[in-house]
Amino acid sequence: MTASLAAPALTKGAKTRINDFSIQVATVNGSGSQTANTVLLRAIFQMGVFVSGKNLFPSNIAGLPTWFTIRASAKGYVARKASNEMLILMNPETAKEDIAKADPGALVIYDEPLQLDKLRDDLDFTPVPFQKLVTASCPEPKLHKLVKNMIYVGVASRLLGIDMEEVKKAIAKQLKGKAKAIELNQTACMAGYDWAMENLPDQDHVKVVRDNKTQGLIIVDGNEACALGALFAGVTVVGWYPITPASSLVETFIEYAEEYRKDPKTGKSTVAIVQMEDELASAGVVLSAGWAGARSMTSTAGPGVSLMSEFIGLGYYVEAPGVFFNVARTGPSTGLPTRTQQSDVELCAKCSHGDTQHINLYPGNMEECFQFSYDAFDLAERFQTPIFVVTDLDLGMQNWSSKPFAYPSKPYDRGKVLNQQQLAEIKDWGRYKDVDGDGICYRSLPGTPGGKGSYFTRGSGHNAYAQYSEKPEDYVAVVDRLKRKYETAKSHVPGPVFRNLGSDKGLLAFGSSDPAAIEAQDILAEAGIKTDYLRLRALPFTAEVDAYVKEKKVVYVVEQNRDGQMANIFRETYPEHATKFKSVLHYDGYAIDAKCIVDQITAFEQK
Amino acid sequence: MSTATPSAPNTPAAPTNKLGFTKQDYVGSKSTLCAGCGHDAITAQIINAAFESNLEGYRVTKYSGIGCSSKTPAYFLNQGWGFNSVHGRMPSIATGASLANRNLINIGVSGDGDSMSIGMGQFVHAVRRNIPMIYIIEDNGVYGLTKGQFSATADKGSHLKSGAVNDLPPIDPCTLAIELGCGFVARCFSGNPKQLNTILKAAFAYEGTVVLDIISPCVTFNNHDASTRSYKHVKDHDFPLHDLGFIQYSEVEDVDIAAGQTEVVTFPDGSKVAIKAIHEGYDPTDRFGAMKAIHESMAKGEFLTGLLYINPTQAPLPQTLNLVDEPLASLDETVLKPSPAVLDDIMQALM
Repeated sequence: MTASLAAPALTKGAKTRINDFSIQVATVNGSGSQTANTVLLRAIFQMGVFVSGKNLFPSNIAGLPTWFTIRASAKGYVARKASNEMLILMNPETAKEDIAKADPGALVIYDEPLQLDKLRDDLDFTPVPFQKLVTASCPEPKLHKLVKNMIYVGVASRLLGIDMEEVKKAIAKQLKGKAKAIELNQTACMAGYDWAMENLPDQDHVKVVRDNKTQGLIIVDGNEACALGALFAGVTVVGWYPITPASSLVETFIEYAEEYRKDPKTGKSTVAIVQMEDELASAGVVLSAGWAGARSMTSTAGPGVSLMSEFIGLGYYVEAPGVFFNVARTGPSTGLPTRTQQSDVELCAKCSHGDTQHINLYPGNMEECFQFSYDAFDLAERFQTPIFVVTDLDLGMQNWSSKPFAYPSKPYDRGKVLNQQQLAEIKDWGRYKDVDGDGICYRSLPGTPGGKGSYFTRGSGHNAYAQYSEKPEDYVAVVDRLKRKYETAKSHVPGPVFRNLGSDKGLLAFGSSDPAAIEAQDILAEAGIKTDYLRLRALPFTAEVDAYVKEKKVVYVVEQNRDGQMANIFRETYPEHATKFKSVLHYDGYAIDAKCIVDQITAFEQK
Repeated sequence: MSTATPSAPNTPAAPTNKLGFTKQDYVGSKSTLCAGCGHDAITAQIINAAFESNLEGYRVTKYSGIGCSSKTPAYFLNQGWGFNSVHGRMPSIATGASLANRNLINIGVSGDGDSMSIGMGQFVHAVRRNIPMIYIIEDNGVYGLTKGQFSATADKGSHLKSGAVNDLPPIDPCTLAIELGCGFVARCFSGNPKQLNTILKAAFAYEGTVVLDIISPCVTFNNHDASTRSYKHVKDHDFPLHDLGFIQYSEVEDVDIAAGQTEVVTFPDGSKVAIKAIHEGYDPTDRFGAMKAIHESMAKGEFLTGLLYINPTQAPLPQTLNLVDEPLASLDETVLKPSPAVLDDIMQALM
């Protein structure tokens, strides 16, 4: 994935960054800039160049500042890059601050009346008369605000050398089927392009040159990928409550369910979706639906998981299946709800009171968001327990390019469920008897006819026959078996992915930190610090993770939180190796970038 | 259809119902509540009504939260599945399971603490959604299991055993349920088994949410003279609204209902409730009239008992969601998993 691209010669080729740059667009939230930015990103993608986008949006419907960064990378690095080669400044509120933070030499496209060009002399300023252009190209004054953003797409496309046919295609794609809007936006975009052609000298800071890296790839966000995983996994009951950044997971699922989960004959639905009164109620629906034999799920973020945690403990102890998506955001409390973090690691690993341990899946890319979501339903039914699929805002809501998803041909695993006939044949069935020695017991579903298999599920102490018990030995037998079940999960969860350069130094990351970790590993290697990279994909830790920890002299654990939560879990799991784990942290709400990893590891190495 | 094997009755033969079950087939484990607890009288009537209504026990699911009342689902219908969940959250448990399998007969048992305080949010929304369940509130005005604190249904001025006085007004589950659109709202007294039995049988035939507030005195913590939930007080202030009769759909043709004072409400399945008014001018199909009458009687310190409000035509949640007829839990991969061609189409659209 890091194949290098030989840069085609341009006039001043030595200085020009070809297919290797970041653009930051500063606009006002609610001004329609998301469409313009996605069109720009998609046009670069259609030019065959690896590209990723990060929307840094405020917790606000309209009026507050928002930034969108687009990174093109010939090498396929898709992490956020801390420095930007091009700025497009449309927001008077933030323009001066944006200029102050700009990297020297950056190309700055800005709205002419802002008069930014006197602020610094080490930037390349390009004022654009946006109002004049929009007035001339759009006949409807009330649409000016929205269409204005398309003008900068046209100007930027001209300066970057993006083929306008690709831009027009991207607009048509983005505004699917809305003929009038497509025409309006294409006209505005063309106006920007033509104006730049006539009035601006060409530049050689950054260029897009047609490549073939994205052929056959899709652009998708993680919430949609997870929703698709759930669709193919056959989820039948969804209880949810809106919360940023998790809402679009269920909302996207609802759209797909409208199309693909209706009985063709009757038009009736094969999935029940209920927006509950809160997250706690959502958790109740998920666990009881799972208990009754449905495949069930919810989607939430950290504050929702906190609220659900009483039920999660019940689900763990009574052994009811359900899939819980946590699309994590920043902070305790409301925090920064539209920013990303990996700060629910410990929360999801041990959610609830008492002794609890949960299976957690950490997808690190779009294909895994899809596949792990699919697998989560198998794991929930196999292990009869709440399963967490932990992503974050960066994975969930940002645009990522990805290979198309492979069809999940593995049949559903519905776990150890006894039917009427099996129940009739078994002499001494006990709901919580560990017949197979793997900690997983056989369950029956409510409504099974035949007069056998009914039992009383209770959150209070119980024995192997699900009878009420306060006996010490009964309690210990159940929780020790639950621990055994968790051990069994080690051979069922996805193992780690390695990227080894041959070193006794470990670099460990998970989830959305993967792109930055890979890029950092390359940069460090060039600087003489070789590492073996392990990308963790699940809890509990598998045998490969055990071996890696034992073998490495040091393990740099990269994560997006303040407290080094994953490193804490490692220290607790491997106390004899506790001093090996060094935390490499990023937690300001922006997605992690390679530079911060490189800087911290370099500092450790110099000690 | 039932494929369960009725227990072999001992001699002399115990009476059986239409499914061939004896009453013993509807019992549960032994109660661990205090001797004389009103809740046990309710349990007994659930068993009787289930037996008499010919319920298929394997279809019954019993849900509860936390508290004395929430223990009782273990004491009836061992043929069914039980789920004792967390405090105040029984309604969401009933919601999920009833959606997973629409063939289940759902009975939720809660208390005044479980439903009117910690669980108020879930109570309100379960009623609003009209989930298919009988929601029983075993209402004694007191937290029994934590040894005698006031609950939110305790009357203003009521005394605790310790002498403490309740200075806050009560929340009434029945008027609240009517306000929320519930189509079957009743109040009973655990000391009036005949009325409770009839109402439970009607409740089993009803498709949506039934809210059944059963005044059930706590013999240990709330049965003294200064309590408005003592046996004596409730017995003295119990005003039955009507003589009720319930005729299950299977028996409708055999029964003549006398014309005259008797009002008949027919359920979608053909079952009928015959209502002979005692309380002058009370019409249980008149929502606003019912609210007015309940408020007026509460102001006088009376407990109006009986069928307070009935509207048998409201769609329960699985119908509102337009779910397939087969239980969702029974659907398999052949129905649920879209084909490779579907994934291809979706991927193409994302390119």
